[in-house]
Amino acid sequence: MRGDYLRLSVKNLKHRGLRSWLTLLGIFIGIVAVVSLISLGTGLKLAVGAQFGVSSTEVITVQAGGISGFGAPGSGAVNKLTLDDVDAIEKISSVEVALPRIISSGKMEFNDRISIGMIGSVPDGEERKLIYEVLDIEVEVGRLLKDGDTNKVVLGYNFYANGDIYGKKILPGNKILIMDEKFQVIGVTKKSGSFILDNVVMMNEDKLRELVDYEEDVDLIVVKVKNKDLMDKAVEDIEKLLRQRRDVEIGKEDFEVSTPQAMMETVNNILGGVQAFIVIIASISILVGALGIVNTMTTSVLERRKEIGIMKAIGAKNSQIFMQFFVESGLLGLIGGIAGVVVGVAIGYFGTIGIGSFIGTEIRPNIDFVLIGGALIGSFVVGSIAGIVPAMDAAKQNPVEALRG
Amino acid sequence: MEKRKVLIRLDDVSKFYHMGETIVKALNGVDFKVYEGEFIAIMGPSGSGKSTAMNLVGSLDVPTRGKVYLDGNDVSELKESELAQIRGMKIGFIFQSFNLIPNLTAKENIMLPMMFQGTSIEEREEKAVGLLKLVGLNDRMDHYPGQLSGGERQRVAIARSLANDPEVVLADEPTGNLDTKTGHIVMEFLDKLHGEGKTVIMVTHDLDLAKKHAEIVYWLRDGKLEKVTRKIKKDGFKRIDNPVRGK
Repeated sequence: MRGDYLRLSVKNLKHRGLRSWLTLLGIFIGIVAVVSLISLGTGLKLAVGAQFGVSSTEVITVQAGGISGFGAPGSGAVNKLTLDDVDAIEKISSVEVALPRIISSGKMEFNDRISIGMIGSVPDGEERKLIYEVLDIEVEVGRLLKDGDTNKVVLGYNFYANGDIYGKKILPGNKILIMDEKFQVIGVTKKSGSFILDNVVMMNEDKLRELVDYEEDVDLIVVKVKNKDLMDKAVEDIEKLLRQRRDVEIGKEDFEVSTPQAMMETVNNILGGVQAFIVIIASISILVGALGIVNTMTTSVLERRKEIGIMKAIGAKNSQIFMQFFVESGLLGLIGGIAGVVVGVAIGYFGTIGIGSFIGTEIRPNIDFVLIGGALIGSFVVGSIAGIVPAMDAAKQNPVEALRG
Repeated sequence: MEKRKVLIRLDDVSKFYHMGETIVKALNGVDFKVYEGEFIAIMGPSGSGKSTAMNLVGSLDVPTRGKVYLDGNDVSELKESELAQIRGMKIGFIFQSFNLIPNLTAKENIMLPMMFQGTSIEEREEKAVGLLKLVGLNDRMDHYPGQLSGGERQRVAIARSLANDPEVVLADEPTGNLDTKTGHIVMEFLDKLHGEGKTVIMVTHDLDLAKKHAEIVYWLRDGKLEKVTRKIKKDGFKRIDNPVRGK
């Protein structure tokens, strides 16, 4: 019997005019919005995750807060971190090693083109290995920096892969001008998927310190914790230490101690907020869609009064008439949902690829079948609920009056 | 005759409609009885209460006063769903304007009454095909009503009325929308059904039709039963008083 309602509903829907289909726009748009934006959001989260480019979860980043939000991390700070801070942090029991980094933006010139690039320092000795390990840096062509390389740099993958920035690709052996000083490119790192790492110029710390005229200052301290379980304790200890050293009270810190998880959480919270907002907007759209279905079903009941009369005359019970219109309404919602899911998934899929290629990261688009299933069930339920009142109206028609049409 | 089963009985039935302040007495104190296997015509000019009588006889409507019994059940005491079930099982309707569902093919239209009785789809299909053959439309099975002529549509409607193998076929002006020739074909079907033992009730304003086909004619005028006549020989009718048929 249930199959019969479905068969009859499909028959009836086939004969529907354009007007009925237009009323589905609300459900369609709502489902498109929900599906595409949740898919995009998931893709975005993955992209952001990749951006941190930090494979090791045992790493804490410390940077000074500043008045300016622009420029390289830590570079806008008023009260900068210093090498003394690095030594002090390293003495904390939970900390294995603390690495100072200078990250600066500066003028770069190649092939007669000028651009502003980001330059990151690499420390000497054992710490060099650690930085490479922590940032997961490997060489694509040429070699990485070693102690004693002065006017030599290693470039991020994008300089090598993408000729757009300077008109042509930069290859090992090429010479480039950084802040008007000549450097030789000795290697290019492998593609990391992180926007920062793929676009950074790496230089030995001493040379960069000299170039940007930093004496004891550092922009960023990368801290490796002895083991993963000590993360929270290490963060607390570093915060406590820096509060003392910088003489600030709790809650008024002019520095930031962050872990990859914390950063991810922040991003996820923001994305979650955006998604919640979108879902609210989409819900309104779906509500409008539901009202559209109420409207079209009510009209349909009026138009098909005679048909209802005939069905009653040939033995249909009120409940059977109700079910017929109820299922038809649910199906109407489901059709809107299917169309919405198809378009939504397409937008999510290609949108994620688009975002990935825009920020230079490969993100595998994610098709969430739970989301799709939920959207389809949801649209059927919305359609059915919208059909309750019209279906009741259909069921209680007086057969004699209905037969008159 | 009296020992035969009574299928439908109307006891002193009235149906009044409110039209603003005035009350229209569409049917006023009518007695009516249908025995198994009869061919009955309800005759009368327009406005005589024929349609109201048909709605009550077919238990599509409930009376304002009096009792209607369908297969021994007091219609007013049945729940809507029970009434629909019994109606679908016992009575097959044939309408003047065919009343086929336009979105369904001929076969699907015939299958519909069986669906409401919960018949399995295989059985429905088989029966519908058989009925279409019976009315000579086996080559029109998958045509929609819009693709059929008036006569063909009425034959589909006849086939549909027989879907649940009802005891009574109730035809409301069955030839009203047909030309004489196709009208004849349709009436031949009704005669054939009657010949096979089905009870046929026909509502008509066509005197010739009533005289030619019906055994008993109920004459209505102004909502009242004017007379009841019985066919005695070909084209000859004898008046019988209503009480003779027994209340």
